[in-house]
Amino acid sequence: MPAVSKGDGMRGLAVFISDIRNCKSKEAEIKRINKELANIRSKFKGDKALDGYSKKKYVCKLLFIFLLGHDIDFGHMEAVNLLSSNRYTEKQIGYLFISVLVNSNSELIRLINNAIKNDLASRNPTFMGLALHCIANVGSREMAEAFAGEIPKILVAGDTMDSVKQSAALCLLRLYRTSPDLVPMGDWTSRVVHLLNDQHLGVVTAATSLITTLAQKNPEEFKTSVSLAVSRLSRIVTSASTDLQDYTYYFVPAPWLSVKLLRLLQCYPPPDPAVRGRLTECLETILNKAQEPPKSKKVQHSNAKNAVLFEAISLIIHHDSEPNLLVRACNQLGQFLQHRETNLRYLALESMCTLASSEFSHEAVKTHIETVINALKTERDVSVRQRAVDLLYAMCDRSNAQQIVAEMLSYLETADYSIREEIVLKVAILAEKYAVDYTWYVDTILNLIRIAGDYVSEEVWYRVIQIVINRDDVQGYAAKTVFEALQAPACHENLVKVGGYILGEFGNLIAGDPRSSPLIQFNLLHSKFHLCSVPTRALLLSTYIKFVNLFPEVKTTIQDVLRSDSQLKNADVELQQRAVEYLRLSTVASTDILATVLEEMPPFPERESSILAKLKKKKGPSTVTDLEEAKRERSADVNGGPEPAPASAASTPSPSADLLGLGAAPPAPAGPPPSSGGLLVDVFSDSPSAVAPLAPGSEDNFARFVCKNNGVLFENQLLQIGLKSEFRQNLGRMFIFYGNKTSTQFLNFTPTLICSDDLQTNLSLQTKPVDPTVDGGAQVQQVVNIECVSDFTEAPVLNIQFRYGGTFQNVSVKLPITLNKFFQPTEMASQDFFQRWKQLSSPQQEVQNIFKAKHPMDTEVTKAKIIGFGSALLEDVDPNPANFVGAGIIHTRTTQIGCLLRLEPNLQAQVRLLEERASYARAVFWLWCGMGPKWGRLRSSERCVPLCNLRCPADT
Amino acid sequence: MIKAILIFNNHGKPRLVRFYQRFSEDTQQQIIRETFHLVSKRDENVCNFLEGGLLIGGSDNKLIYRHYATLYFVFCVDSSESELGILDLIQVFVETLDKCFENVCELDLIFHVDKVHNILAEMVMGGMVLETNMNEIVTQIDAQNKLEKSETFIFQSPRQDR
Repeated sequence: MPAVSKGDGMRGLAVFISDIRNCKSKEAEIKRINKELANIRSKFKGDKALDGYSKKKYVCKLLFIFLLGHDIDFGHMEAVNLLSSNRYTEKQIGYLFISVLVNSNSELIRLINNAIKNDLASRNPTFMGLALHCIANVGSREMAEAFAGEIPKILVAGDTMDSVKQSAALCLLRLYRTSPDLVPMGDWTSRVVHLLNDQHLGVVTAATSLITTLAQKNPEEFKTSVSLAVSRLSRIVTSASTDLQDYTYYFVPAPWLSVKLLRLLQCYPPPDPAVRGRLTECLETILNKAQEPPKSKKVQHSNAKNAVLFEAISLIIHHDSEPNLLVRACNQLGQFLQHRETNLRYLALESMCTLASSEFSHEAVKTHIETVINALKTERDVSVRQRAVDLLYAMCDRSNAQQIVAEMLSYLETADYSIREEIVLKVAILAEKYAVDYTWYVDTILNLIRIAGDYVSEEVWYRVIQIVINRDDVQGYAAKTVFEALQAPACHENLVKVGGYILGEFGNLIAGDPRSSPLIQFNLLHSKFHLCSVPTRALLLSTYIKFVNLFPEVKTTIQDVLRSDSQLKNADVELQQRAVEYLRLSTVASTDILATVLEEMPPFPERESSILAKLKKKKGPSTVTDLEEAKRERSADVNGGPEPAPASAASTPSPSADLLGLGAAPPAPAGPPPSSGGLLVDVFSDSPSAVAPLAPGSEDNFARFVCKNNGVLFENQLLQIGLKSEFRQNLGRMFIFYGNKTSTQFLNFTPTLICSDDLQTNLSLQTKPVDPTVDGGAQVQQVVNIECVSDFTEAPVLNIQFRYGGTFQNVSVKLPITLNKFFQPTEMASQDFFQRWKQLSSPQQEVQNIFKAKHPMDTEVTKAKIIGFGSALLEDVDPNPANFVGAGIIHTRTTQIGCLLRLEPNLQAQVRLLEERASYARAVFWLWCGMGPKWGRLRSSERCVPLCNLRCPADT
Repeated sequence: MIKAILIFNNHGKPRLVRFYQRFSEDTQQQIIRETFHLVSKRDENVCNFLEGGLLIGGSDNKLIYRHYATLYFVFCVDSSESELGILDLIQVFVETLDKCFENVCELDLIFHVDKVHNILAEMVMGGMVLETNMNEIVTQIDAQNKLEKSETFIFQSPRQDR
């Protein structure tokens, strides 16, 4: 018997729907709907109280009208009233209306919450189910506030019915998704984990979904779920297909639950050996089953079986630790690549993409290249072809780059418009990344422009010019090739741009050949001129003036062109201005001047490929899945612990102690103003990020960089970080080199610069992301552009996260960008020095410190350090020749701060006195700290030099 | 997570619309149109997955659909769902509808919107799969119907009903 008999139900509703269906036109339909809306409105507003049945009928009509795409702006109140009905049918329709159509009217939410509260307390499982559904479907913050505490109790209570448990688990999951802060972990978590052992598979499925989401954010809390999930999975996988009865779907035992369990396991690294063995058995069984003959010819059977198989393969890839399983997975996917089911081919291509990045299976994936290329050529479905392009991109390396790029290029000729731009970017990136022979690179890009010129973005053609300019071995070839390409009667404007630029720079390299003499080159370019847009024409005008410099013999021809009305009187200001200026330049400037002005372009600084950045932007952050992020966060938590160690603890046991010591000493003319105490403490508090604690030893390295700009900042067994930096006034540029010391690729390589809020306002850092994969033995470079906006005290932290083999690595080092880098030396005569010294005598403007030298004092070393620190070393200024005196200006965007510095070594006591005065007190405090760890410090008990000795000689 | 479940016919007329992520009513209608446009132009026998339209979140989402006679069943899901699993879920949904309505057809969906919603609610809750066992689902629906019947007998008197 059918569960829903067609006869009963609401007749009025059926009549209304029939009316609508009989409407001959859209207008008639709208008219009928408006009539009905008016009817319902009047019924709702009328004096006569409606019974539950009528309310239900009208609410149903409203739902139907809403489905047709009409806004419903009333009826909510009636729906809420239905919630408090004692009849199931009325209550149910009320909840349905609320779930589909709720608006954020807070008054209403309060009433709804009240009704839900009553139903949750009713202990009637049907009503509880309806209430839980409503919470899950609406999932608003107000509901989370009202029920986040209650639902865990329902979930783990012993007497809750299975169906309610199921709903409660998913309800809690929904609330956690919308308002994680309102769902605190507690005693219930361990009991939820044990739901994995529940008799009822529906409860297990719901609980697995819940735990998977919770575990991504709280891995420690749910660690025990791993072994339970493995044993549950093992029981399912090894069961005969009839064991699980209703949960067997087309001969596959509990496919959805298996998928969920495999997903849950992907939240964790490979488990410890005992559990791992059992899991490996499960995975092997799943792979084996794929080879067995199907138990049914129905597609549902193969779908369910393969859903589990693909999830198992994802887990194998995620663990990335069992070469044997990885290769088997790859072979299995290889079979699917040729399967007659399109769905399987699609999914196989997609999974292989991730497999290609594992070192164990990269080679195995590569063996399928012909199949994938074939897919690109023959698949009827664009979604599948797109996955094939993705996979080719992922499996590309030096050995097959030429083949893959060639195939992508030929596919581009017929590719769907929607994916052309992406393919263009991919080809451009692969061609650059794997170019051994740069003539091949140039050919590829020119082909790219020829085939899909419209989809070649500016970044692509800028990049080819950068590369040609930076590599002199390819310049002649590039000039020859663009010259030949320009011969085509119709060529794409992007080609004219590239051709114009390259001939302007390197046309001389082919001018010796009479077939490409200067005049022929010029005529060729100029024949395209009139077909081009304004920016291209402007570029060509620049090429012409470069020709004037390169080839004096065409000077008059070019001058004639520039002089023509169409140039000199061009309506476009930019073109006109260029024509006028270039013409003038060519007439008045001597050959020498011309040669200097139009000198060959200097090489471009190496930076991250702008194309790669563009592709990343296009693909969005989706390349990193939620899971991946969760994993990353987790590894940070595990390694870092909740409390990052104070940055400076390693080398300076009590950073604030000396300040207090100084300040507490009774007469303390040089003591810092009370307000500054906080500042100094700030210096030593670590940035409040959740990244890994600073790598051991990094503080020492950091101090080393205070007085120098280049060197190795960090090194461990895997990674070396080198720095090269330059600073001028308030600007700087730092090249960070990341060297992969292993022979294995780093994956998801993500360096991040972390500045505290305070620092962010004072120091501006700009950089581009680097390529997420770093090949074994390779080095990647990142450029950071730095601007000092205002004086600052902390240093930014460089956090590097990447995947090496199966493990996540997380390294943090302090990046030595310190205020003194913006210190410009100033020369000063003795008299000036002491005059200023005296002017800067207020306590806020002065800092002094006495400290014990860590190392024997060597005059030359000390001098070098003062210079390295950034200030000028002023000789013959201080009457005492043993003292060192320095002066400089700190440049920031907003201000300039002059600083004077004196160092008075006391050789006998090995105590040095460092005095510093600046026109800006905060800066000085910082300088202190910058110097501190390097120069050593004196604790208060060691203050042996009478304070009067600190006075400047000129004062006495 | 399942972001939305849409059922529309070959002409794009919606027959069931269920969003589990909040969108304004206008956007909901646009998403239905966009999805219909993406799905309906595809040949039969191509794969059942495609990247989601821009409105619903672009390539981070997948549309997983099946075409039965006059109706398209489309599930829009994020990357945390198994494609084949969802495909089977659609099948379970349709088989369940078939059991409940006996040879289900488009008209059943039109005239029993509330019932279809109830059946779906037994399977998917707040965007998460609640139950996949068809017998369990049908049992629940049966129980609901019994409840409904008993209420009808007790409370409802025959009347002119318009």
